[in-house]
Amino acid sequence: MAIKDAISLEGVRKDFGDFTAISNVTFDIADNEFFTLLGPSGCGKTTLLRMIAGFEETSAGKIKLYGDIIENLPPNKRPINTVFQNYALFPHMTVKENIGFSLKMLGWSKSDINDRVAEMVAMVKLEEFTDRKPSQLSGGQQQRVALARAMASKPKLLLLDEPLSALDLKLRKEMRSELKRLQRDTGITFIFVTHDQEEALSMSDRIAVMSSGKVQQIGNPSEIYDTPANRFVADFIGEANLLNATIQKIDGEKIICRLQSGQILTSKSSSKVNVGQSGTISIRPEKLIIKKQNFKGQYLEGKLGQSTYIGTDTQFEILLDKELSLTVRMQNSSLTSENYKNGDQVFLSIADDAAWFLLD
Amino acid sequence: MAAGAGSGRTMSSTFLPVRFWLLMPSWLIIGFFLALPVLLMLVYSFLTKEFRGGVIWEPTLAAYDQFLFDRGLFGDDPPQIEWKYISIFLRSIFQATGATILCLIIGFPTAFFIATRNENTKVIWLFLVTVPYWVNLLIRTVSMKFLIRDSGPLNELLITIGAIETPLKLINTNFAVQLGLFYSYLPFMVLPIYAALERYNFTFSEAASDLYAPKWTILRQILIPIIKPGIIAGCILVFVPSLGAFLAPDLLGGAKTFMIGSLIEDQFKGNAGNWPFGAASSMILLSLVMIVLIYYARAQSKEQV
Ligand SMILES: Nc1ncnc2c1ncn2[C@@H]1O[C@H](COP(=O)(O)OP(=O)(O)OP(=O)(O)O)[C@@H](O)[C@H]1O
Ligand SMILES: [Mg+2]
Repeated sequence: MAIKDAISLEGVRKDFGDFTAISNVTFDIADNEFFTLLGPSGCGKTTLLRMIAGFEETSAGKIKLYGDIIENLPPNKRPINTVFQNYALFPHMTVKENIGFSLKMLGWSKSDINDRVAEMVAMVKLEEFTDRKPSQLSGGQQQRVALARAMASKPKLLLLDEPLSALDLKLRKEMRSELKRLQRDTGITFIFVTHDQEEALSMSDRIAVMSSGKVQQIGNPSEIYDTPANRFVADFIGEANLLNATIQKIDGEKIICRLQSGQILTSKSSSKVNVGQSGTISIRPEKLIIKKQNFKGQYLEGKLGQSTYIGTDTQFEILLDKELSLTVRMQNSSLTSENYKNGDQVFLSIADDAAWFLLD
Repeated sequence: MAAGAGSGRTMSSTFLPVRFWLLMPSWLIIGFFLALPVLLMLVYSFLTKEFRGGVIWEPTLAAYDQFLFDRGLFGDDPPQIEWKYISIFLRSIFQATGATILCLIIGFPTAFFIATRNENTKVIWLFLVTVPYWVNLLIRTVSMKFLIRDSGPLNELLITIGAIETPLKLINTNFAVQLGLFYSYLPFMVLPIYAALERYNFTFSEAASDLYAPKWTILRQILIPIIKPGIIAGCILVFVPSLGAFLAPDLLGGAKTFMIGSLIEDQFKGNAGNWPFGAASSMILLSLVMIVLIYYARAQSKEQV
């Protein structure tokens, strides 16, 4: 028998009046997977999560949890728990009571509840705070309580709606690895919502990139980053130089394009393309290399513009012609020998797999 | 040490006048219209009564004595506990409690209903709740009397639809008084609970539901405990004026349901009254209310810790 997916969505849709917030979303999430929904504000991530949790009815489509249809069950009948964006810790209960709440609802005995709460408290390292009220905790501590509370009953699926967005940068980075550790240790399937691509890339097994209620691409972090499915994904994930281009020739894997500025560039693509089609070429700034001398291989010629120092890297603007400019990012350690000045004539080295063609 | 004290004085001498003058109007009004009348009543309650109303400036405990003890027709029997006034007090507490419970039972769902409407319709519902209060309380209480009397529309309706055969005896009962008080003070219950629900974050209910709590449990263990201050405020705002009310008991209750408010009112009305006795009854009523409020404040501050 095939292993069942933890959760699968089939053609899920959500309408608010005549506004469609989610249209035709279909994906399967494997058991034990760390799955991330990534997309800009207002793209429907929360709405999708709320339908899985049961707070929002689906307008169409099926939701299955380990093969069982759940879209008609109320939230308290779904073995799915949520970590809310603002935590929603019960203000009149202590940390202990908050964490034990679901177990009490499931009818566990007092001693079993105490044991599990102690275990959860240790897991999120909150031993000293068990008798405090949420208002007496810092944001990071509240976040841990919310996690412990949602995980106490060992749900089959944990939904996390931007759980780190209220924390400061340092704490957020700590919590990333903490969350990964919790997920590994408990073996619970996670659906994690964020609009922070760095968070998504660093934590996820797979990512679904969403925009205006639709899933744009699903894949592991390097697939999403290196081989974006369309212009939206290329633009949204990381930085990208996006150039309009038309296909001139196809030679096996190589797609030879003509840029608007007239230059010719060889690229690759995951889509089926034909000669004459137009689209976008995406080049990551860190995949471009600046050289002073002309050399063998693929290059674009330009003038050095503004340079910006950003700690580990320096970012350069290269003007190809009056309107077209590219962003290049180079590590500072590799810059020591050469000296770049505004207005210098330079050659941009572009490896064959650095340019990625996207159909419009 | 000296320097510290000196700088402390400069601070207060620059700040105190501003604060002093800003708070002046409040202090004057509270002092003049709140503290002074209460003080006046306190003093009157220890004075001797004048037979055509008013007081003679001779200190005595006679008013409190009359309230608590029965010394026979000529005042020379051995003192016994006077149950007449105490039972009026107990009855008033009973009536006010009944009215408060009625208000809570009707007011809570009403407030919940309004709080869960969308922003535009909320205003309309809130307005509708307060509409009757543009009409004078006396007129509302009188119309309530017409509504529930033996041959009034309520009884006629019930007879027409065949629910009852003979008219229900509503007027001049405890229930009629509670109904009158309920009608008088319902918004005082609805509005604080509504305000608390407005501040309530319904994500708490969702979180509880997510953690396997059924609807009823969410209400009992999450929503009600969190909005408790609003509920208690509503109960106090209904209970306290109900305790001292005299319109509803007078018009809807008749002699059997005589309440403290009427007792006190009678002492100051016309020439037959007894001002010191009225003042003493007021002081006893006030102490009762203060005890309830202090108890509540204590319970609140304990919970905060
Ligand atoms: N109850 C509702 N009624 C009408 N429209 C709604 C409702 N809830 C959400 N929407 C709309 O649906 C769209 C998606 O909202 P959603 O909250 O899911 O976005 P999101 O991706 O979670 O955004 P964010 O990152 O800002 O949290 C938005 O355009 C929003 O205005
Ligand atoms: Mg959201």
